[in-house]
Amino acid sequence: MDRKKIIKLFSVFFKIGAFTFGGGYAILPVIQKEVVDKNNWLTEEEILDIFAISQSIPGVISINSAIYIGKKVAGIPGAVSAGLGMILPSFIVILAIAPLIINLRDNEIVGRFFTGIRASASALILLAAIKMSKTAIREKWGIAVAAASFVLVVFLDVHAIWVIIGGAASGIIYSLFEKRRRSCK
Amino acid sequence: MNMLITLFLTFFKIGIFSYGGGYVMLPMIYQELNRFGLTMQEFSDVVAISQMTPGPIAVNAATYIGFKTAGFAGAAFATFGVSLPSFILIMIISSLFVKFKSSNIINSAFKGIRPATVGMIASAVVFFANTSVIDMSLIDQGLGKIFNMGSIMIFALTIAGSKLTKLDPISLTLIGGILGVIFL
Repeated sequence: MDRKKIIKLFSVFFKIGAFTFGGGYAILPVIQKEVVDKNNWLTEEEILDIFAISQSIPGVISINSAIYIGKKVAGIPGAVSAGLGMILPSFIVILAIAPLIINLRDNEIVGRFFTGIRASASALILLAAIKMSKTAIREKWGIAVAAASFVLVVFLDVHAIWVIIGGAASGIIYSLFEKRRRSCK
Repeated sequence: MNMLITLFLTFFKIGIFSYGGGYVMLPMIYQELNRFGLTMQEFSDVVAISQMTPGPIAVNAATYIGFKTAGFAGAAFATFGVSLPSFILIMIISSLFVKFKSSNIINSAFKGIRPATVGMIASAVVFFANTSVIDMSLIDQGLGKIFNMGSIMIFALTIAGSKLTKLDPISLTLIGGILGVIFL
C-alpha cells in the first residue's frame, strides 16, 4: 500500500517537474491540482499551509513543497521519492544540453542567440524584482533595507549570505524598537 | 574528489541562504563563479536557458556548474548540495510546525529578509544586464560605448511583451533569442 504511494509520489512529481516551466510560483498551482484534486492526498487547507511554509523557509520553493507533501503522504521514504521526482527532470534536461551549450557558445550565430536571451532574461528578472517588491516592501524601512542590500552586493561586493543575515538581524532589531515605541505610548 | 566536496559545500551553502525563489540565489552564485572557472557571461547563458527549460533555476544552475567543473559526479554533488537543506529543514519543521508558525523572532527576521531579497534580485538584474545590455569593461572608451543598443531594444521589447501581451516567459525569451540572431 505505502509502496504504491511512494512510487506514485515519484511519478506525479516527476511529471510536474518535467512539464512545468518558470520556477516556483508557476509550479504551485499545478502541485495543488495533482495533490488535492486528482490524488486526494491532502486537503486544500493542508496544501496551503505547506505552500506558506515552503515559501517562508530557505531552499528551493518547489523542492520544499514536494518534500513536505511526500513526508505527509508517506513519511520519510515519501519525502525522498517526491523530492527526487521534482529534481530529476531538470537534472536530466540540463545534463543533456550542457555539452551543447559548452560547445556551441563560440559559434557566431548561437552567440547572438545567447546575447538575445540574456537581454530578455535581464528584463524578466527586473520584472520579477518589481513584482516581489510590491509584497515584500510595506514600509519606508523596507525600502532602506532593499537599497542597502543592493548597494552592498553590487558596489561593495559583500557576500550575499551576509546580506541575508544582515536583513534578518535588521528585521529583529526593527521589531524590538517597534515594540518599545508601542509600549511607551 | 576535492572539487566534488567544494561543489557540494558551495551549493549546500547557497541552498541554506536562498530565500524567496530562484532569482535570489543568483548573486550568491555570481560571487562563487571564480572558484569554478566560469565567466559571468557563461553562467548568464545557463540562467537564460533555464527560463526555457523545466524545473527550478537552482537545480539547473547547480547541474550545469557541477557538470562543467567535474562531469556527471560534479552535477550530482552540486544538485544534492542545493537540495539537501530543503530536506533537513522540512524534516525538522514538519515535526514542530505549530511552534514555527507562532515564533515571533522568526517572523521579525523575515520582515528584514524579505526586503533584502528584493535588493538581491535587483543586483541580479545588474549582473545580468552587464553581460548583454551594457558592457562595463568598455567604460574606458567613454560612457556612450557601454550601451549595446540592440540588446537594449530586446530588453525593452521583452518588458513591453510581458506587460501588453499574454506571452509567457518561455516565448518571450525565445523571441529575444531570435531577435538577437537577426539584429545583433
